[in-house]
Amino acid sequence: MEKKKIIVAGNGMTSVKFCQKLVEAGLLSQYAVTVLGEEKYLGYDRVHLTDYYTGTSVEDLTLVPANWYHQNDIEVLTQCLVTEINKEAKTIRTQNNSYYSYDILVLATGSSAFVPPIPGTDKSGVFVYRTFEDLDAIKTYIRNAGKGVVIGGGLLGLEAAKAIMDDNLETTVIERMPWLMGRQLDERGAAMLQQKLEKQGLKVITNANTKCFTGNENVTGVEFADGNILETDVVVISAGIKPRDELASMAGLEVGKQGGIVVNEGMQTSCQDIYAIGECALASGAIWGLVSPCYQMAEVLAERLKGERKFFTGADLSTKLKLIGTEVASFGDALGQQKSVPLVLENKFSGIYKRLNISEDGKFLLGGILVGDTSEYNMLLQAYRNKIKLPANPESLLVQQGKGGGLAIGVLDLPDDATICSCEGISKNKICGAIESQNLSQVGEIKKCTGAGTGCGGCAPMLDDLLSATLKKQGREVKKILCEHFDYTRQELFDLIKIEGITNYYYLLKKYGKGSGCEICKPAVASLLASIWNEPIVKHDVIQDTNDRFLANIQRGGTYSVVPRIPGGEITPQKLEVISRVAKKYDLYCKITGGQRIDLFGARVDQLPYIWEELIEEGFESGHAYGKALRTVKSCVGSTWCRFGLHDSVGFAIEIENRYKGLRAPHKIKGGVSGCIRECAEARGKDFGIIATEKGWNLYVCGNGGSHPAHAVLLAADIDKETCIKYLDRFLMYYIKTASPLTRTSKWLSNLEGNIEHLKEVVINDSLGLAIEFERDMQNLVDTYKCEWKEVVENLELRKKFKPFINSDEHDSTIEFVPMRDQKMPVPWVK
Amino acid sequence: MEELLKAHASENVLLWHKVAKVSDFPENGGACVIYNGKQIAIYNFSIRGEWYATQNLCPHRYEMALSRGIIGDSSGEPKVACPFHKKNFSLKTGQCLSGDTYQIDVYPVKIENGYVFLGITNDLL
Repeated sequence: MEKKKIIVAGNGMTSVKFCQKLVEAGLLSQYAVTVLGEEKYLGYDRVHLTDYYTGTSVEDLTLVPANWYHQNDIEVLTQCLVTEINKEAKTIRTQNNSYYSYDILVLATGSSAFVPPIPGTDKSGVFVYRTFEDLDAIKTYIRNAGKGVVIGGGLLGLEAAKAIMDDNLETTVIERMPWLMGRQLDERGAAMLQQKLEKQGLKVITNANTKCFTGNENVTGVEFADGNILETDVVVISAGIKPRDELASMAGLEVGKQGGIVVNEGMQTSCQDIYAIGECALASGAIWGLVSPCYQMAEVLAERLKGERKFFTGADLSTKLKLIGTEVASFGDALGQQKSVPLVLENKFSGIYKRLNISEDGKFLLGGILVGDTSEYNMLLQAYRNKIKLPANPESLLVQQGKGGGLAIGVLDLPDDATICSCEGISKNKICGAIESQNLSQVGEIKKCTGAGTGCGGCAPMLDDLLSATLKKQGREVKKILCEHFDYTRQELFDLIKIEGITNYYYLLKKYGKGSGCEICKPAVASLLASIWNEPIVKHDVIQDTNDRFLANIQRGGTYSVVPRIPGGEITPQKLEVISRVAKKYDLYCKITGGQRIDLFGARVDQLPYIWEELIEEGFESGHAYGKALRTVKSCVGSTWCRFGLHDSVGFAIEIENRYKGLRAPHKIKGGVSGCIRECAEARGKDFGIIATEKGWNLYVCGNGGSHPAHAVLLAADIDKETCIKYLDRFLMYYIKTASPLTRTSKWLSNLEGNIEHLKEVVINDSLGLAIEFERDMQNLVDTYKCEWKEVVENLELRKKFKPFINSDEHDSTIEFVPMRDQKMPVPWVK
Repeated sequence: MEELLKAHASENVLLWHKVAKVSDFPENGGACVIYNGKQIAIYNFSIRGEWYATQNLCPHRYEMALSRGIIGDSSGEPKVACPFHKKNFSLKTGQCLSGDTYQIDVYPVKIENGYVFLGITNDLL
């Protein structure tokens, strides 16, 4: 029997989902499928379009690779827009003037950006935010721009605003309605959101009546009806979507007054062989602009082609997302359109707004809004969806009481058919079944196995909860173990070592591990031993990475570099002379480092003790440049010399660097102290940054340069020096105790549940009751500090380790240098 | 591969070179010796009661470095991780365990009367 032909017009997310559902249903044996997409790219994840803007590759966002279509015998063509339908002949024409015949035509043409009828949208510098090409064009255009305007204060508008704000544009969002995110939030919720966004530097104008965009060729401003003009270099329009129904309408199919191809509950258009799914369809009287209902339509149609009687009767628009650092969620009847009693909690200090709409009899949750704290979202959503009976005092739902809120139920108490992943429509039953039958132990495995969590990803925390609960029920456990030799997390090992007084790696391995160890667990444990007991790390030299084993940084060619500590970057001419003398004597290459000190390169391993002996004699100490430890505390000149300086930043930097020198941590730690707001020490790019204010010091934490730059965030403002050190002690010990191996503070903070608010609670308000222990442990490390190099230089046994060959006193003749700019460098890599 | 192993099996040893005292080697770590101008890394894997020897040169970036690497095991296979870019090599076969096709030379080692002996095969002469 010849296969029936299906043509799918469009290759967006809905189209891809439809193809996947056809494959899953085994329908490719009955149908020959051809997909025609307009864009240059195969169907991609438009929900995460902003990720593309911030650097995620096209490949990573592509939903299924080209060979998937190939393997499943689906023909897919890009840059092949369908331009005409001939209903009678059952053919379509494409932009390339090719004709295809069909038995079934599926319109998945999606939507385009809605461009409001404002004069001036044709000027250069006015963009929409919808495709890879749009984003490329914006990125190129704004290279020299300083100010940006986003038209539209909805979900999409705020996404676009974040993108250009991150590119350092002074960004203003313009919203026609009285408040932001009018579909999801009520006025008070939106006000809270706006307050938080403004704190992040976003400007917001609501109730805006935009008259036109000004400028000749290039846009230069936005003019409002009252005559005011807002200057801008670029305009991004992200004010909603418009269904792509022009093809259908030309073919005489019924379309809605406000747009959208009219379909029945089986996704059929007014013509019986033509169907429409996704954002182009007017289904159940509405256009559905979220991915989950579109996916449901794709599934309904695939099931229908299989002969099942499935219906699309509308969908839940509940959503949770993070907008410019603020968590927002809205579910069910969020705005209280049905009869209900709203319960509201508003905390302007912590920036939290919660509204829960309760049925009049007090029994059920009908919907709600969460701004600033959405940790209870998944459970509240489940309570709403599954009509879970509320406790007698429903106000308890407003106050966070751990997972499950005041519901006093766990994830396992949810009904089996509760939908956990609404994008993919996957039930609790299916997920728990997969965990049990296939012995899954990671959220990633659940995603791979069931598809849950692969859409918007909002249900991932719930998957985690389900996994933990199911494993617990089975008597299994789940956690991030260190490596194949230890079934423990770094934090658990920290506690074991500390509580049991373990001071030796091999003892720990024997008692709590297995096998012979490896290059992951050995240095990780070495770091823990150093953080907890502060013994000289040369005692544990063979479990250290080579830098810590030889107390120097290994460089190309196998030589090492030497970095003496120069606290705060302050150095006397006499000490400069010492460095110069030593460098000349051992013929070392010299460079000023990023941390305001001097790095001496090209030392052979056998020279290291001699070099350090001379440096130590002149009062230098190890700079720990080789360790996952405190590196430097950079400073600006400060009030002692600078005419702008408020306080002595150099003095404070020296004090802090000397306090924490030698402190070993999960990763390296860098600090900075600036004497005024001009921030010449670039302290906010450091793990901790201290900036002078009129009243004292501001303490910022968890910044980073490196490959993932992040500004440090304010932990405490206008504090005195003593308080600053107290908070630093607590912050650093909390980090050292809880971070995963090789995790910098900024990544640690972003993984910390509750982020900076939680950290403030722990450090300032001592919410864990550990402040005294943290301070005591830190003081102990400070009191037991010893210069590692001094230990080596003074100990003949230790010095013996610094020789290239165990059976000979000769030098390593393979080390070779070539001249470079009056100094030297190792011979280049062998290609 | 098989040929390579055969080449370095104890029966192909031409002579046993007395390298140094056992106590000169760190426990559970490596050290470098030089023989005939060639750098050999010798590992005292005391937790397993085993000794291994390999070339000191890491074939990835041509660094004389393996003796300064951390030793351990991967699913029981004894290995060394190069300190430069963490390429792992089996101490038994010399095979790269990090997914690359590199191969390093391995040599026999034996301990007698408190001394470490390196088995000298044809290519070390």
